[in-house]
Amino acid sequence: MLAEPRIVYNEGYLDEQTKRVVRRALLKGIAIPGFQVPFASREVPMPRGWGTGGVQVTASVIGPDDLLKVIDQGADDTTNAVSIRQFFERVAGSESTTRTDEATVIQTRHRIPETPLAEGQILVYQVPIPEPLRFLEPRETETRRLHALEEYGLMYVKLFEDISRYGHIAKTYDYPVMVNGRYVMAPSPVPSFDNPKMHMNPALQLFGAGREKRIYAVPPYTSVESLGFEDFPFEPQQFDQPCQICGSSGVYLDEVVTDDAGGAMYVCSDTDHCTRAASAVGFRASRTRGEWDFPATGTGTEGAVQ
Amino acid sequence: MNQAAATLTPGFAQPVQDAQRVFRAVLEAMARPLQPQALAVPLTPPAPLTAEAGGVVLTLCDEQTPLWVDPQLHRHHEVTAWLGFHTGAPLVAAAAEALFCLASSPDAVPPFEDLSPGTDQEPHRSTTLIVQAEQTGSRQRLRGTGPGIREALDWDGHGMTEQFRTARAEHAGGFPRGVDVLITGRGTVTGLPRTTVLEPTGPDTAAEGGA
Repeated sequence: MLAEPRIVYNEGYLDEQTKRVVRRALLKGIAIPGFQVPFASREVPMPRGWGTGGVQVTASVIGPDDLLKVIDQGADDTTNAVSIRQFFERVAGSESTTRTDEATVIQTRHRIPETPLAEGQILVYQVPIPEPLRFLEPRETETRRLHALEEYGLMYVKLFEDISRYGHIAKTYDYPVMVNGRYVMAPSPVPSFDNPKMHMNPALQLFGAGREKRIYAVPPYTSVESLGFEDFPFEPQQFDQPCQICGSSGVYLDEVVTDDAGGAMYVCSDTDHCTRAASAVGFRASRTRGEWDFPATGTGTEGAVQ
Repeated sequence: MNQAAATLTPGFAQPVQDAQRVFRAVLEAMARPLQPQALAVPLTPPAPLTAEAGGVVLTLCDEQTPLWVDPQLHRHHEVTAWLGFHTGAPLVAAAAEALFCLASSPDAVPPFEDLSPGTDQEPHRSTTLIVQAEQTGSRQRLRGTGPGIREALDWDGHGMTEQFRTARAEHAGGFPRGVDVLITGRGTVTGLPRTTVLEPTGPDTAAEGGA
């Protein structure tokens, strides 16, 4: 006879009452796109700031029929992504995948996958600072009032100051967006490269900030405009070279330092995209197994344009 | 044993899995307004409460959510006993105090001015209205637009009344304040969040084949 495990967790780890709190917040978040709904954030077995908000949202949504993908900076094989995936395999009984096109729930830290998302998929963002105005106005009571009054002058002044100081808007990640023409929202620290993907996305986008106790959402097919000015419009980051493993262009690249002499190579941040693109063009590279077989490349020091 | 307990029917057979399944249908319904989502609930609540509406209430309501039920449901003691036992939600007499309002039919929907739309700073503290509706009778010709809808979607009103549409439109000016609606049908749940704009595109028609 098998010994009973010492602790038996509820399916999905969270208790049912907490799930109801999160679920009600999610529904109101969808009904008010871009509005930050406060919720009673709970302890989960990881430190706050490591994705506790995303984990609570995923735990309240996921079921046995789901296929979960977790990425950290685009990678399926980093510590945080692997441990969150294993966590849900154990406590929710869900199957995991690394393929973007097969996943039904994708929890992400700081990236949106390169593969376009489809209807029926749910993208869960881990958010450290949900309040886009926080570094401009530290008081929560004031930022709530500013959102209520749709008073976003502060944010435009900040962007204007960037232009007067640097000649362009210097923010390259967590670039503020206007959701459905009403709420200014923090898209979490995704690179501004990813911002255009949020606009009219067929997938449901949910945002969880555990430490700051906020949940917000962008429904499918909702307008998400990155802020800018008529003469200084938003310009997403661009890269002038392809990935040095799979050869994809128009993707977000990570700099990988290769030696002590300043050498670096630029490769896809999205490991799933890179692996599949590489196998499609016949490279034997397999990033997930760590057996890279690089094609001949230069030093790659030309670098990415920010 | 008192009479209420003797006639009490069970709640979810598998509370965790059933609630998760119902929630996913409701989540999809809110995210994709006017598109009915399949909702199979193995539940036998006392009539006139339907399995679909009962399942949604069991999934979303608890001690923290004041619940209002329409007078017809209120008259059925088994219904209020069932809701009270399985959710613990306090029943309130005034719809304005409720976070969830449950209407047994489109005609039983309380007036919109009685529902709480939240405030500009806290628009999430607004009523969610759950309506049991059958897709019969007259059909409206409406076009819906808003977040969650790709361009526009034609909708027949799902049995909701013309007064419901006009009353909702009258109270729609105050976004982000507003009331969100979940319409439960036979095996379906349809979402109508405050962001969905409904416009008539033609005269109403009687249902074909009779109600």
